[in-house]
Amino acid sequence: MRLNPLLILLCALLATVGLTGCGSGTMDAKQGAEQKILLVGNGADPRFMDPQLVNSTSEHHLMIALFEGLVAEHPSRDAEVEAGVAERWDTNSDKSVWTFHLRPTAEWSDGVPVTADDFVWSWRRMLTKSLAAEYSQMLFALKNGEAFYEGKVDGEQLGVKAIDPKTLEVTLVGPTPHFLLMILHTSWWPVPRHCIEKYGDALDRVNPWTQEGKMVGNGAFTLKRNLFRQVIEVEKNPRYWDAANVKINGVRFYPIDSDSTEERLFRRGMLHITTVVPLDKIPAYRKNHPDIYHQDPNTAVYFYRINTERPALKDIRVRKALAYAIDRQSLVTNITRAGQTPAGGIVPGMEGYPASTVFNFDPAKAQALLAEAGYPGGKDFPKFEILINTSEAHRAIAEVMQQMWQKHLGIKVGILNQDFGVYLDSMSRIDYDIMRGGWNADYLDPATFIDMWTTGNGNNNTHWSNPKFDQLVKDATQEGDGAKRFAILRQAEEVFLSEVPAIPVYFYTRSHLVHPAVKEWHPKLLDVHPWKHYELLSPPPASSMDASWNK
Amino acid sequence: MLRFIFSRLLQSLLVLVVVFTATFFLIRLKPGDPFKGEKAMPASVLAQMNKRYALDQPLWKQYFIHAGAFARGDLLPSMRYEGVQNSKIIKDSFPVSLLIGLSALTIALGVGLPAGIIAAVRKNTWLDYSAMSLAMLGICLPTFVMGPILQWIFALKLGWLNVAGWFERTDWILPAATMGFIYAAYIARLTRGGMLEILNQDYIRTARAKGVPGKQIVIKHALRGGLLPVVAFLGPAFAGITTGSFIIEKIFQLPGLGQHFVGSVFNSDYTLVQATTVFYAALLVLINLGSDILQAWLNPRIRLT
Repeated sequence: MRLNPLLILLCALLATVGLTGCGSGTMDAKQGAEQKILLVGNGADPRFMDPQLVNSTSEHHLMIALFEGLVAEHPSRDAEVEAGVAERWDTNSDKSVWTFHLRPTAEWSDGVPVTADDFVWSWRRMLTKSLAAEYSQMLFALKNGEAFYEGKVDGEQLGVKAIDPKTLEVTLVGPTPHFLLMILHTSWWPVPRHCIEKYGDALDRVNPWTQEGKMVGNGAFTLKRNLFRQVIEVEKNPRYWDAANVKINGVRFYPIDSDSTEERLFRRGMLHITTVVPLDKIPAYRKNHPDIYHQDPNTAVYFYRINTERPALKDIRVRKALAYAIDRQSLVTNITRAGQTPAGGIVPGMEGYPASTVFNFDPAKAQALLAEAGYPGGKDFPKFEILINTSEAHRAIAEVMQQMWQKHLGIKVGILNQDFGVYLDSMSRIDYDIMRGGWNADYLDPATFIDMWTTGNGNNNTHWSNPKFDQLVKDATQEGDGAKRFAILRQAEEVFLSEVPAIPVYFYTRSHLVHPAVKEWHPKLLDVHPWKHYELLSPPPASSMDASWNK
Repeated sequence: MLRFIFSRLLQSLLVLVVVFTATFFLIRLKPGDPFKGEKAMPASVLAQMNKRYALDQPLWKQYFIHAGAFARGDLLPSMRYEGVQNSKIIKDSFPVSLLIGLSALTIALGVGLPAGIIAAVRKNTWLDYSAMSLAMLGICLPTFVMGPILQWIFALKLGWLNVAGWFERTDWILPAATMGFIYAAYIARLTRGGMLEILNQDYIRTARAKGVPGKQIVIKHALRGGLLPVVAFLGPAFAGITTGSFIIEKIFQLPGLGQHFVGSVFNSDYTLVQATTVFYAALLVLINLGSDILQAWLNPRIRLT
């Protein structure tokens, strides 16, 4: 018998075609609008679908469809919340005790009512060490939260009580005027005890309760299917208390990790909303498709951490000289180009807390400071390196820094490139001279950008320590008045900026391409969009992209 | 022949043990941590995670835990995609890569072989030059250029196919074509080289002198020997091509195996690195074995050794 290798190959090919099931077909943006299914690019596959374990923005996008906390994200405003599971709430005068009245109609997607006990149980679960939830410390805001986590007190002493099935009383460590914004974070959301315990141990991180067919949620949508690297589809939850006002039938989240592929899919008319826009495409979209391109401010800061124990960098005057010698405006207009704004301080501007303007571009001042520190014109300045993780954007920025410091200060700087994992390792060991860093807010509050710089904080990583700063951060947690609290935080930020353990560079923006079928697009500082408020127009209104979509 | 296969199987087992051991230690030498992110993880949480995955044990103990599990055929759960068994990750993603790889290989052979044969038979004619220039282009054009070009032509301009994704029966075409074109180029060059060598052999001259028609000489006498370099190349190439390509899967957003090879290393997902590497090694070893047997069948001279 003669075996033909080509024939074998063909047979094998046919066999695999038979074995490989493809998904259920595509849907384009027009069909999506017709069937009221929102098509969203969502960056990456989720690692978890449990609100207490998730930690990324793309996971948050899924969670906000499937679950709901006491209060809910406002569709357009950043500093306000909407009623969620709680229909109303009240608080004492210093805002340290909050009482939430849960709505009688709040149900899990299997019809079991959502009760105050669900919250008590969920928060205790979140604060159990063996669950190893990354955000467990967020709940240290609860009275005895830390003590309970450490096993020093029992659940009865934790600052959360079910007064009756529909009344929840929350006692906090201290006054917390921003508590409502804080509990928009997934770590405060309820999880369904009855469902979790049905499928395994409540503290098992890999309990299968979040799989399709098993998951029970309390959000506006329920999980329909979850295909790794293909699509995560959610459909309208008829039992959701506000279902009558949910105008779309579902959302398909595509975990597309290549921004160029995502952009091409959008250009083909396959998506309603993209996660990002590739940097090199931004100028063209901004110019030719202003109706499609959306550039929104984002509460996040790009900065350069300084190892404050390195020779020369130990000197505050040197650190300040470096900060003043950066032409941030030129950097954002010529290099990053996505509409970022120069960062004069470390906290991005938000309602009631405008961004600081301490660091402007002042080469003369920078040179004077450097001379004062003993390095006139950069003479004898020890060579140091900027550490970046592998990325073209980080490299481009580092090169500009290199150039600016050389030009204005006469200092020679090298660039050291490491893989992300290695870079993180260098950061936690504080084994660098200067390194790029970024920070975004878990919830909208200046403190999320300030707390991290306290002495010994796991995210400080600069060796910097200042007792006055630490004290101010602590004082802020004792202040019940929102405006006064912001004033204390402002003082703390000023202390920080006077010693610059990290040089602020710019505040981020976020770019999205949005299909005209999406009725209204609201920029949100944290890029969290409550899907339940979305509406789709069919047929979609005319747009500048029609030529490429109608092909 | 049986003894030949048996001894090769034993060698293969040894290779797998070595590969596993090397992978186990190398990935742990790399700085980085499976659980760390840009935001610091609380120390107690990190300790809990290390305990869960036995990373707090001495290295030799970890090695025996992992080696024992692999020996039993348990590829352990992934550390990044917690709760997902590595065997499931491979089981779900390999068929996709296999389908695309096999289609790519079919395209590569279907285009590469005839091109190489024609180029060899019509040596130094315009046919030869144009086939070989095209092949050179295929070798030089990287997939991350080729892929977007094909997407632009067939999806965006002509609108015949999807840009990316894995939803429809036709979604394998563009990635397979991208991959196939590049392999076709290699195969064409190898075929041409192999054929030219054989066509200069004495026995071909003898056949020609005896008046055997040209077509028959090429197909019956020259092809069998001329394809040897291609078969030798196909063995390892087969394993490489069917286990997916990181770049192609990224460009076309495919749920294949290739992304896990690269992604698991970036994520320091120790168990997944081990699982994918051992799987790839096993496949390679198996295919090499098959390729050796095939070569022995094609070339009587190998059979004796």
